[in-house]
Amino acid sequence: MSVFINKQTKLLVQGITGRDGSFHAKQMMEYGTQVVAGVTPGKGGQKFEGTVPVFDTVAEAVQATGANTSVIYVPPPYAADAIMEAAASGVSLVVCITEGVPVLDMTKVYPFVKERGVRLLGPNCPGLISPGESKVGIIPGRICAPGAVGVVSRSGTLTYEVVYQLTRAGIGQTTCVGIGGDPINGTNFIDCLEAFEKDPATKAIAMMGEIGGTDEQEAAEYVKKHMKKPVVGFIAGQTAPPGRRMGHAGAIISGSAGTAAEKIEAFEKCGIGVAKRPMDFVELIRARLPK
Amino acid sequence: MNLHEYQAKDIFRQFGITTPAGEVVTTPAAAEAAARKFGGPVMVKAQVHVGGRGKAGGVKFCKTPAEAQEKASKILGMQIKGLTVQKVLIAPAADIATEAYVGIIVDRARKKPVFMVSAAGGIDIEEVAATTPEKIKYHPVDVRYGLMPFEALELGFFLYKDAKLARGAAQVMQQLYTAFMANGCSLAEINPFVVTPTGEIIALDGKMVIDDNELDRKPELEALRDVESENPAEVDARENNLTFIKLDGNVGCIVNGAGLAMATMDLVKYYGGEPANFLDIGGSSNPEKVVNALRIITADANVKAILFNIFGGITRTDDVANGIVTALKQNPLKVPLVIRLTGTNEEIALKILADHGLKASSDMDEAVQEAVKLAGGAQ
Repeated sequence: MSVFINKQTKLLVQGITGRDGSFHAKQMMEYGTQVVAGVTPGKGGQKFEGTVPVFDTVAEAVQATGANTSVIYVPPPYAADAIMEAAASGVSLVVCITEGVPVLDMTKVYPFVKERGVRLLGPNCPGLISPGESKVGIIPGRICAPGAVGVVSRSGTLTYEVVYQLTRAGIGQTTCVGIGGDPINGTNFIDCLEAFEKDPATKAIAMMGEIGGTDEQEAAEYVKKHMKKPVVGFIAGQTAPPGRRMGHAGAIISGSAGTAAEKIEAFEKCGIGVAKRPMDFVELIRARLPK
Repeated sequence: MNLHEYQAKDIFRQFGITTPAGEVVTTPAAAEAAARKFGGPVMVKAQVHVGGRGKAGGVKFCKTPAEAQEKASKILGMQIKGLTVQKVLIAPAADIATEAYVGIIVDRARKKPVFMVSAAGGIDIEEVAATTPEKIKYHPVDVRYGLMPFEALELGFFLYKDAKLARGAAQVMQQLYTAFMANGCSLAEINPFVVTPTGEIIALDGKMVIDDNELDRKPELEALRDVESENPAEVDARENNLTFIKLDGNVGCIVNGAGLAMATMDLVKYYGGEPANFLDIGGSSNPEKVVNALRIITADANVKAILFNIFGGITRTDDVANGIVTALKQNPLKVPLVIRLTGTNEEIALKILADHGLKASSDMDEAVQEAVKLAGGAQ
């Protein structure tokens, strides 16, 4: 079992003929994801890798192939429109990998996808993977293994680090979800925690947050009020200075809000195990999994 | 990207908001000339990208041109929170009846631009929020409709009982919202939002922060960047597509990915060291980026050891290894180097490094401890 994506996921790739889109479409196909269509305006009628039909519009692609999920690798100025095109076409999950989407664009996109009941993951995220079933995005497949841990994170490579350490220690995952490092994103920690709580195969959750905003504090409250499954958390950016954006557009301490200390305190208060180092996840998770 | 006060005011004027005249100068003599031109008392205001200029002595009231010259000579070259003042704004001193605060930020929780309005103006809004939160009215805007006239008027009446003033304030708020959206802002504020004794509304001070993700499609805003007011190493990094932030420690860190970069700095601290910087080489691993990253880090005399922490996903670790080898050929290091890499093409990377007598660890903890030790141990 898994959350958001599984063996039945039928994926279309927006920007499949671009440099990143084509590389990762191949990687996803090699992993076993059902890539059923590609979309690049003006290249309709072509075949990607000799097998995947390419369409001019997402609507055509969905109608012809029954795709239920879309992943977006288009450049930042076009990403907002690509998300809305996907949401309007009838897919239920849209994953936007593109980094650098202007935040004001997202203020328009967010209500658009919500009103259509579509789940958006990202933008500026590594996507998600249900090991052994399906991968949508760019998380390297070989660092993951099937198992009982749900992983949710605001970061990319830090997620890989933690997942890799879990896998090496023999601890597999149900689904690993990267929600992205932007100030406005489609799916937050709480959405993922809720899905993991409902997923019978998930027995424990690893959560990686970072400085900026209050998502982690709200997630901690959610864990306390609504979850029975154990959660272990980590916050990156304990040494970050206030007022400086630490790479991610969302990773900035404004005034006294959004510090790592504040978030760790919320974790402790709400019964979340605190990993002081990325490697601490291994022992903290192991101790919380059923024997 | 932060704009200077004078740049924000130029934009305000384009959108119809009244702001006092002003002139930006870089020498005391020019300050004197500007003050003479305006006649009457002037303000001399440091143009730096930090808050709290006034408290730091960077804003002064001057009665005469001679005093403006004297104050400008003190403020120019002054250090405010680590930044040197290169420019001052000379503006006629305004007569003030009341001071309010009007600002817009992109609020991540509400996922909308949100107006913040308060009759308690002239001071830091975060201070008002912390001490007297009831004095601030928050109003989220649905960007599909924009700030509607009735909403603006409600905000106007929150500030002023007088209908004429409320209408005037509502108009300025509409103009500020239009400027905010048109310029891809993440913040725009007028503080103080002043009513003069004759009932005129003016933006006495202004601030704008542009979303960095907007700059590619708004080159006219990128042109407003004041490179001289930024840290030179950070400018160098940005021009080479690296994200770099200088800190005060001695362990130089080169990492791929922002989250892992922060976690690496934290781990340096965990083992008793101090990170010298945040540096993210990003997802695509062109060897040239690694060469530039090493050049920037080694220019910092505080750095006593350099730590690479690379987790290859999209980033190919062999590209990083090639970059390291190239950089060392160009400029042999004077400080020890610790390399941790794992992931995509790891075997090739290890061979490239071994051929040049370099070792690499695959374990993050081990590498960080080693780097802290080589930099002189726990502080």
